[in-house]
Amino acid sequence: MSALSRIAGFVVGDAQADRAVPPSGFTANLTTFSAAAMAFLAVFALALSLATGRLADRWGQELARSSTLRISAPGDQIQTQTQAALKVLQTTPGVASARALSADEQRALLEPWFGPDLPLEGLPIPQLIEISEDSTGYDAAGLRLRLQAEVPGAVLDDHTRWRKPLIRAAGRLRALGWLSIALIGGALAAMITLAANAALAANARVIAVLRLVGATDGYIAQAFVRRFTLRGLSGAALGTALGMGAVAVLPAAQDTAGFLTGLGFQGAHWLVPLFIPLLAGAVAFIATRAAARKTLRELP
Amino acid sequence: MIELDKVAYSYGGGELLSEISLKLSPGSFHFLTGPSGAGKTTFLKLCYGALVPTSGQARLFGADVRGMSRDDIAMTRRRIGVVHQDCQFLDHLSVTENVALPLTVAGQDTLQELSNLRELLKWVGLSHRAEALPPELSGGERQRAALARAVIMSPDVILADEPTGNIDWEMSQRLLQLLVELNRMGKTIMVATHDLNLIRAAKNQVQARVLRIANRRLQLAGADL
Repeated sequence: MSALSRIAGFVVGDAQADRAVPPSGFTANLTTFSAAAMAFLAVFALALSLATGRLADRWGQELARSSTLRISAPGDQIQTQTQAALKVLQTTPGVASARALSADEQRALLEPWFGPDLPLEGLPIPQLIEISEDSTGYDAAGLRLRLQAEVPGAVLDDHTRWRKPLIRAAGRLRALGWLSIALIGGALAAMITLAANAALAANARVIAVLRLVGATDGYIAQAFVRRFTLRGLSGAALGTALGMGAVAVLPAAQDTAGFLTGLGFQGAHWLVPLFIPLLAGAVAFIATRAAARKTLRELP
Repeated sequence: MIELDKVAYSYGGGELLSEISLKLSPGSFHFLTGPSGAGKTTFLKLCYGALVPTSGQARLFGADVRGMSRDDIAMTRRRIGVVHQDCQFLDHLSVTENVALPLTVAGQDTLQELSNLRELLKWVGLSHRAEALPPELSGGERQRAALARAVIMSPDVILADEPTGNIDWEMSQRLLQLLVELNRMGKTIMVATHDLNLIRAAKNQVQARVLRIANRRLQLAGADL
C-alpha cells in the first residue's frame, strides 16, 4: 500500500473502530477551537516573519548599492568642489556612476520639512552627489582620504552606519516571528496532549474492555489518534482561513508607509500559511500518539 | 494449550496462590471452585495472560507469558474466550455490536459474519434483544451476551468467571447447557464457580473435573460432590 492510500485510509478511518470509543462533544470542540486559535496566531507570526524578511532584504540591497557625498562650501566654491569630487569619484574603482543632484531634486528632498516653493537659491544648501556602486563596491576609507586632500568640503556617507542596525533589527524581528511560530506549535502540542490524556483517562474502562477482547495497543491508539489529528487539522484549517482573510483585508502598503502596514503576504508567500493546518495535523498526530502509547503501556 | 508449571502469584503481601501446576488438555471440562477470595479470578487471569506469575511458568499455546509482548497477549486473547464476572460491555454499543467487538478489533469484516452473528444470538436466545444496550439487559441476558462474545472468534478455550453469579437457577441451567454444548463441539471449558449445585447438574451431562483452590494450592476434588 502506498503512503498516500495509507493516509487516505487513516482519514476515512474504520467506522466500526471509531464507534468503539464513545464520542465526546464538548472537549472535542475545545480541541478544535484551540487548534483554530493557534493557527490564527501562527498566520500573523508568519506574516511578520515574511514581511520583515522582505524588508531586511530590501534595505540590504538598496542601501548597500548607494551612498551619498555631501559638499558644504562657500557659495562661490561649491561648483568647483563638486566638479573636483565628481572627477575623483569617476576615477575611483568600484564606483559605477556618480551624479550631482539637480536643484529640483534637492528641493524635492527638502519639501517634506520646509514645504514647497522654498527659495533654495538664497540658502547655503550643500550639494549632494549620489554614488552608485558596482557589485564589488569601493574602499570607503581610501575614498575619504582622497576626498580630504582634493575636496575639503566633502563628507562621504556610505549608509553602513545606519543600515547595519536596521538590518539587524529586521533580522531579529524575523527570528522572533519564527520563534513565535515554534512556540505556538509547542503550545498546540501541549494542549492536544492534555486533551488526549483527558480523553484516554475518561475512556479507561472502554480501553480495558477492548484489551480484554484482544485489541492491540496500536488499534486502540489509532481510534484516539485519528480523532485528535482530524480535530487539529480541521481546527487549524479554519483558523488559517480566518487569519489569511484578516491579513488580506489589512490596508495595502504605501510607498511612504513603514513596515507595519507592509505586514502581509506577497505572491507565492500566500502559499506558505497553507502548510499551517498540515503542520498542526502532524503535531496533533505525534502528540496524541505519544500520549496514547504512554497511557496504554501502563495498563495491564 | 494452557500450561501452568509451579506457578505462584502474590499481590504484594503474602502469596495468594502457590505451587500451581495444571495442564488443560483439549476438549476437557473443568470446574474451578473454592471460597470467595481464594484466588479463582486470579487463577483465570493467569490463564489468559492478564497477570504474569510472580514465580513459575505459564505457557499459553506453547509460549511463555513472560516473554510475550503486549501484541502477543492481544493475539492470544483472540484464541481464548473469556466470560468475565462483570461481563465488561461497552455501554454505548448495542448487544450485537458488543458481541461482534472481538471481530471488530481483530479487523475482520463484521458484515461478512452477520449471519454467524445472528445465529449466535439466536443460540444464546438474544435475537429479540439484538439492538438493546447492555444496561437494559437482565442479569441472565448479560451473561448469555458475554458468552456469545466469548465464542464469536471460535476460540479453542473458554474461561468463565462466575457466569451464574447473580442469576436464578433456571437461567444458570440454560447457561450451563450452552457451555456443555460448546464442550461437545470440542472446546476446552473452565468455569469458576462456588455453586455446587451447578457442578452436580453438569456432572450428569458431561465428564467434568473439579479443581478446588484451598490453602493457596490447587487440588483435584474427588467424587465427594
